[in-house]
Amino acid sequence: MIRAESLTHYYGPYPAIQDVSFDVKKGEILGFLGPNGAGKTTTMRILTGYLPPTRGKVTLDGFDVVEQSLEARRRVGYLPETVPLYTDMSVTSYLKYMGTLRGMSAAAIKSRLGDVIDVVRLGDYRKTQIGKLSKGFRQRVGIAQAILHEPQVLVLDEPTIGIDPIQVVETRKLIQELGRNQTVVLSSHILPEVSMICERVLIIHEGRIVAEDTPKNLAAGLQGVERLEVEVGGPAAEVLPALKKIKGVNDVTHTNNNGRHIYVIQAQSGQDLRDEISQAVISSGWSLRGLQLVGMSLEEIFLRLTTHEEL
Amino acid sequence: MRTAQAVAWKEIQLYFSSPTAYIVGLIFLALTGFFFTQDLGDPFPEATLTPFFDGAIIVFVLLAPALTMRLLAEESKLGTIELLLTSPVRDWEVIVGKYVASLVFFFVLVALSFFYAILLFVYASPDPGPIYAGYLGLILYGSAALAIGLLTSTLTNNQIVAAVVAMGILLAMFFADRASGAVGGGVGEIIGEMGLRGHFSDFARGVIDTTNIVYYLSVIAFFLFLSIRSLESRRWR
Repeated sequence: MIRAESLTHYYGPYPAIQDVSFDVKKGEILGFLGPNGAGKTTTMRILTGYLPPTRGKVTLDGFDVVEQSLEARRRVGYLPETVPLYTDMSVTSYLKYMGTLRGMSAAAIKSRLGDVIDVVRLGDYRKTQIGKLSKGFRQRVGIAQAILHEPQVLVLDEPTIGIDPIQVVETRKLIQELGRNQTVVLSSHILPEVSMICERVLIIHEGRIVAEDTPKNLAAGLQGVERLEVEVGGPAAEVLPALKKIKGVNDVTHTNNNGRHIYVIQAQSGQDLRDEISQAVISSGWSLRGLQLVGMSLEEIFLRLTTHEEL
Repeated sequence: MRTAQAVAWKEIQLYFSSPTAYIVGLIFLALTGFFFTQDLGDPFPEATLTPFFDGAIIVFVLLAPALTMRLLAEESKLGTIELLLTSPVRDWEVIVGKYVASLVFFFVLVALSFFYAILLFVYASPDPGPIYAGYLGLILYGSAALAIGLLTSTLTNNQIVAAVVAMGILLAMFFADRASGAVGGGVGEIIGEMGLRGHFSDFARGVIDTTNIVYYLSVIAFFLFLSIRSLESRRWR
């Protein structure tokens, strides 16, 4: 549905993104993950045809966003990061206006408006002036205008930024529902959010894609066998040095979780130390309550990828 | 075309619900009313709208930018331009829609000033020629001024800057006929021909000259064209 080929964009002499290429299949939810200033918004703007790339090209449903801009734009619903709205219009008149701009007939808008307002739950605020709505409600209006014309592609730039936690949960659920029928591209700097909503994640850093996979594979690929979580029944003061002494162990951290002593062991890469650890624990007369390999959280993967540490 | 209509309709509604437009209307009527009544105090007053027209074109140098400054500058400021330009709307539809909205408001202002003409027809028997021609001229003149204001509104996200730059262009074009003599020669003549005021004087005298009509229409077309280009250029700026 979306095909981006080596997108590069310069703001003056500064590259915002470089050689960004990716494909998004129909009905897929793709997440762009990266810190602020990584080039997420630039990429979104190029996808929606707001900004032409300095080099490279994007096609939506086969239509080039620069060459066949109108056709491509007809297929997109877009929620920019800042949620720009006409503050002096009411919710319904704004949505009607946006619907008309998107080429919907008056009848189509009429039949669709009620549904959309229900979906984003703005029923009580139809006649309210947008300027009087809170940030969270404005966000809903923003989403409503993006989905009103049932676009094939939905581009959401930081859709949950600046709204309260309950609304964040609702918004995520909504995006997942939308992702069933539509192709969704969203950006976020919140890692759990992306891993929760998206089927595939692109990690972007300093304008380049540094990793691409499903959230699960990303974690698994980097998981290896070198990280273990062990729960041991025994005095921490003795267990900790004993674990550290095992050959191949790089580092051990200890947490006391209401009397449950958890040790996270970082082994040298490629070494499976499960046997050594269990033997060491049992031979010392302590009880081994748990032992498992743990994958890295997206935060850790992200930090690793972006701080150029050796994996 | 439907989208251009939608843009126009939205802007028209905004004009009639915003204080700026009413203030502009108030100032326009107050000042032109003053110009209209100025000559009526003469012992032998002439039943003419010429003082009104002469005043109106000066007033409009200042008021046209006030009507147009918001049109695109605010969209840039609010960021709504991002949604506007990513909607399947052609750039000319945006410009034409916005322009038509400002024209509609301007026509309403002009229509309000018919009051002066009606007064003349009721209490005297004025020569209708200069009045009809003058109104045609005023409408062309105002439409040109609005096109200039629209262009400057596309260039910045600051409404004040948009208005001041438009006033500068309008004043320069207004007094171009004076600069003509100072420059002299062929260049001076060309500069003189660009004058907004110079082309208006014939209308006020009751003369409808195609040259003048073509002049104003060309100014409108030129500045609308530049506005469309300017909007397009946002995509590669």
